[in-house]
Amino acid sequence: MHTEERRKERLDRGIKVRTVGIYSLMSWRELSYLTVPRVVLILGMLLLPLIMPSMYWQRVISIVCIYALLALSFDFLAHYVGLVSLGGAFFIGTGGYLAAILNTSFGLPFYLTIPIATIVGAVICTGFLLPCLPLRGVYFAIVTLMYPLVLGRIIEALNVLGGTDGIVGVASFPNRWLEQYFMILMVLLFLFGMRRLVNMDVGLVFRAVKDNDQAVKASGMSITFYKAVAVFIASTMGCLGGACLVHIYMWSGISQFALDFSIIPIAATVIGGGGTLVGAVLGCFILVPISELLRTFGTLRIVFYSLILVGFIVLRSEGVMVYGQRKYHQFERWVKV
Amino acid sequence: MSGGPILEAKEVTKAFGGILALNRVSFHVNEGDILGIIGPNGSGKTTLINCVTGFIRMTSGRVLFRGKEITRRPPHKIADMGITRTFQIMRPYYSLPAYKNLVIPLFSPRAKRTGGWRGGGKLGDRDTVGIDILEEIGFERDSFVPYKMASSLPTGYLKRLELARCLALKPEIILCDEVFSGLSMSEIASMVPLIERLQMEGITLVMIEHRLRELFRVANRVMVLNFGEKLTEGTPEEVMADEKVKVAYFGSEEVEEVMSYA
Repeated sequence: MHTEERRKERLDRGIKVRTVGIYSLMSWRELSYLTVPRVVLILGMLLLPLIMPSMYWQRVISIVCIYALLALSFDFLAHYVGLVSLGGAFFIGTGGYLAAILNTSFGLPFYLTIPIATIVGAVICTGFLLPCLPLRGVYFAIVTLMYPLVLGRIIEALNVLGGTDGIVGVASFPNRWLEQYFMILMVLLFLFGMRRLVNMDVGLVFRAVKDNDQAVKASGMSITFYKAVAVFIASTMGCLGGACLVHIYMWSGISQFALDFSIIPIAATVIGGGGTLVGAVLGCFILVPISELLRTFGTLRIVFYSLILVGFIVLRSEGVMVYGQRKYHQFERWVKV
Repeated sequence: MSGGPILEAKEVTKAFGGILALNRVSFHVNEGDILGIIGPNGSGKTTLINCVTGFIRMTSGRVLFRGKEITRRPPHKIADMGITRTFQIMRPYYSLPAYKNLVIPLFSPRAKRTGGWRGGGKLGDRDTVGIDILEEIGFERDSFVPYKMASSLPTGYLKRLELARCLALKPEIILCDEVFSGLSMSEIASMVPLIERLQMEGITLVMIEHRLRELFRVANRVMVLNFGEKLTEGTPEEVMADEKVKVAYFGSEEVEEVMSYA
């Protein structure tokens, strides 16, 4: 019988342990160990619009940011609250149509439509999803998948809200720099905000709901309430993305209930590494531009797209960020058994 | 030190389909007492606790807490009143360190209302309060144990963590579902004083237990369940002497042994 003679051992780097507490302030080396990855991410995202070669690619940045918001919302719900959401399209559609109506019918400017559509849209989405929150299991995923299909068909069949033509003539952002930097700042704000939230006490309650909802009940807390709060937070991100999307495209239509908005964020989270939040954002920055590049292949692009996805899942199923964080924080060595 | 009845169950019945898991079981616990619930496997002990704490819906019957109706309230509302429970199969938050497990109950409305652990007034840092509670319950403060992930803790500590979760809510009554099971003799020996201390602090306890020797040491009264029906109730000595109990539950050899102890 063959037995392994050695195994791989993973140990935290000394500097990782040293930088956990207040001691990280002791030297520049330790300080930079903590700050460099964050600064690289923030600066990199802020520089992106400047280094893009064309208007077309600058527009892609804005779209990537919208997907990044959706991926953050998916990652938060799936890995910190235990709700698998396919509701990206639902959030985008609700936020988008609200912003379009507020802008075209009531004449509100974009700096009012976006916040109003975000908050009101999140309230509406949470209200619609409330009935399935006390249930465990696959129901939440099914219901979140159902709503965008239903709403899209209702708009089409009843010819309300512009029917198949959609709502045209939505005001655009005053200029493209404002559009891109607003999107990028929103992604950064929600990324670091969510990272903070999940480690706060209330974030621990969300994680506890995922881990063991019976014990949360036994602790005297309503799990439905905390799930509703989490869905509200997640749909806030989605509706914000939707509201921005209609102002970018200057149009709101049934295609905002398309399943792309539900599926691509999930694929991006898988590629980036679930449960890291940063990974979800990075996954979008990998996946969405790739799908734009593949446009030249026409319908064949779906084949390439699938191949890339399968490659990631087979070779790096843990995700880019989980792999990267491990290499950054730990060293590996072979030890004799 | 016994006061009036703090928790009363009247004719609790639970049917799973055609099977009567509980058939008109009534009991009460006096304030400050320890009530033991014993019975063979499948006699409905855990179902009774589940019904009382609202985790499953009873078919008929009533539950009163300090004379107030709590029948069919949702479990978190019942826990909010100070009626806490432990689970037979431990339910910690495996992805969190032990002390962070206590942040969740300390975040609850009841903990916010009842103030800090012994501190009074507003809660301090929940992490610190959590570690204090863990120390009370037998986690060594200066060791790494309270900081370990719950998934890597042995059964003995997980059972204590279950109790700690209840204590974080400053409970009036704890319903313990087999806190001694799965523990070694020495671990049980160290748990018994803990139970006695909880009673001295004025917490009423209902204990489901298979470890009769230890249960009879702490319990004031014992209720025996068999096939979902209440067989008898009384002091440990009375229950031991009951012929029906001997036949239904103990078997000839063990009863001699426990009798000689009692």
